[in-house]
Amino acid sequence: MEKKLLLGDEAIALGAIHAGIRGVYAYPGTPSTEITEYIQQHPLARERNLHCTWCTNEKTAVEAALGASYAGARVIACMKHVGLNVAADAFVNAAITGVNGGMIVVVADDPSMHSSQNEQDSRFYGKFSMITTLEPSTQQEAYDMMKYGFEFSEREKLPVLMRIVMRLAHSRAAVTVKEKADPIKILPCAKDTASWVLLPANSRRKYADLVKQQPHLENLAATTPYIRYEHAKENNPMGILACGIGYNYVTEQKEATGQFNILKITQYPLPTDMIRRLAEESSSILVVEDGQPFVEEQIKGILSADYPVKGRLTGDLPRTGELTPDCVAEAMGHHQERYFDIPKNVVGRPPALCMGCGHRDVYAALNEVVKEYPKARVFADIGCYTLGALPPFRAIDTCLDMGASITMAKGAADVGVFPAIAVIGDSTFTHSGMTGLLDAVNDGAQITIIISDNLTTAMTGGQDSAGTNKFEAICLGIGVEPEHVRVVVPLPKNMEEITRILREEIEYKGVSVIIPRRECIQTLNRKLKQKRVEQKL
Amino acid sequence: MKQDIILSGVGGQGILSIATIIAEAATQAGLMLKQAEVHGMSQRGGDVQSNLRLSDTNIASDLIAVGTADMILSLEPMEALRYLPYLNKEGWVITASSPLKNIPNYPDEKALNEELTNLPHIVTVDVETLAKEYNIPKCANVILLGAASRFLKILSLEQLRISIKHVFGAKGDGVIDMNLRALDLGYAVSGLK
Repeated sequence: MEKKLLLGDEAIALGAIHAGIRGVYAYPGTPSTEITEYIQQHPLARERNLHCTWCTNEKTAVEAALGASYAGARVIACMKHVGLNVAADAFVNAAITGVNGGMIVVVADDPSMHSSQNEQDSRFYGKFSMITTLEPSTQQEAYDMMKYGFEFSEREKLPVLMRIVMRLAHSRAAVTVKEKADPIKILPCAKDTASWVLLPANSRRKYADLVKQQPHLENLAATTPYIRYEHAKENNPMGILACGIGYNYVTEQKEATGQFNILKITQYPLPTDMIRRLAEESSSILVVEDGQPFVEEQIKGILSADYPVKGRLTGDLPRTGELTPDCVAEAMGHHQERYFDIPKNVVGRPPALCMGCGHRDVYAALNEVVKEYPKARVFADIGCYTLGALPPFRAIDTCLDMGASITMAKGAADVGVFPAIAVIGDSTFTHSGMTGLLDAVNDGAQITIIISDNLTTAMTGGQDSAGTNKFEAICLGIGVEPEHVRVVVPLPKNMEEITRILREEIEYKGVSVIIPRRECIQTLNRKLKQKRVEQKL
Repeated sequence: MKQDIILSGVGGQGILSIATIIAEAATQAGLMLKQAEVHGMSQRGGDVQSNLRLSDTNIASDLIAVGTADMILSLEPMEALRYLPYLNKEGWVITASSPLKNIPNYPDEKALNEELTNLPHIVTVDVETLAKEYNIPKCANVILLGAASRFLKILSLEQLRISIKHVFGAKGDGVIDMNLRALDLGYAVSGLK
């Protein structure tokens, strides 16, 4: 055993490597990106030739992971919470087929939306799919639960969901890890078509089996080594149901141990008998969970209607936003004094596009042209260029999800919006924009699509982009007319050319694609720095 | 003994390398540690902070509670003020004095300065100018760490020196030496206040 200082994400990655995975399948997304990056950089991953290149999106990731599991290997698929929406079809149905080699889908939620467009709670997906969800509270548990999760998955023949939150993903702590990884374990390839071909006759049987398995899964949540019931010193105190990272904020109150009955939950479906016991031995229950009131809503169906339950729904904890040690302490009846306030002259400092970034030149050109069309609407997408919404550009009108720029522009154009302009990044385009482009081409929609290509997945730190060097071919293959696929270099000196092309393509009565292409300033600087270091050596 | 530190600054200034040096020293010293960082969107020139908790006993929360931080260590003066509610009654603010004005509505410098000087325990260091004067470019953040080390009771200056040697080990003796000079310079400057 040795101690390593690891982010929660890194602890998961190392736990997976040490448990003998054959690969990771993932699309980058804050706060999950570092899991895959850690594996990509780990020497043992290279030695073992583990799959660790990025996937085109989360759906392809989960499907490929399931294929590897079918073939007998242990695998993980990783994504951020909204990525699970994209992968949902594969994820939910994988609960029906079941798995062969152990499979863990790791999803990092982002309560408070530090770098996301919503704060959906992935535990709902675990319940919806009727599979087991693991929710580690510490980096150590995140590491340990990987091996536990793979063994669980192989024994129960089901995929396992591991749900973490941003604060665990991006917080570092010392983790005791094994010095030697387990060997890669490969089971014989699956062959059982009655399980793997989801025709209705097979699905009905498999689904009935899954329903039948539920009490057993619940029982496993009650007997996991990661559950913990700490009794108060006195009778009939308040009870606390502390889920995942919530447990840390509860025990941060040093006097909590002994004062409350504390039931720590790290696995779902909820162990209902344990919760009933907690209720019987306590005067009320405070539910401390990060994300949405998932447990709080459920335990109302477990306990009698008049049993006092407190949490996010009752206002004892805030309804939105991530948990903090402060709000949990207040809910536990402890008030911490504040000694200093933020001076009034302190102002916000929002993030901005980097100086020298190509997206800046794209928006400068776009703003100049759009001025001439008062009814123009700009439908943007997910990436650094979403920052075009903020001053000084204020260049975009919408941003919904990965790929929606093209399809929303098309829908708006269908009912008369002109010009309808879509702005999408290179990685987002291959993630979810290509199918929308095909719709637009097939309908001959009058939209102008800007694929702002910086040759990387920039927002998450510069990961490889699946479509690099393929964009013109993709657009032509989908059916965009060759004379309406235009490539420009977004630089201030090319402003006249870019605005001219924008005007021409806006006036074209069909689908046109403009590809401003210039490498991300961050990845470029990193490469130059690397080169200088290599030259010195 | 515990020490809860809020590191703050603007995305790209290098607060995470300060955190790395302290964290390495703490690990070598056998202390418990938790360090919460913010990645992603806000790293693009927005305000960034990291919660660094050191203790000789177990640490539960990854985040520091309001009113309990022992130190705010900031690479930018306005960013130091942003986290004041987290500071405990006797806590120290150690901050770089030169503002980073990447927003159009950056407040009046004099007024900001007044807010800082009114604090009971404050050290401001013009780390940018010092880094230039002493010809140790890119070490402004380590000068600030040196200034803070006088108040960082849980770790000694020597422990930080050893940590710098580890952290910058791969970058060669020149880089190690520059950072050690920066650390000593910061330590010396904070003693003059």
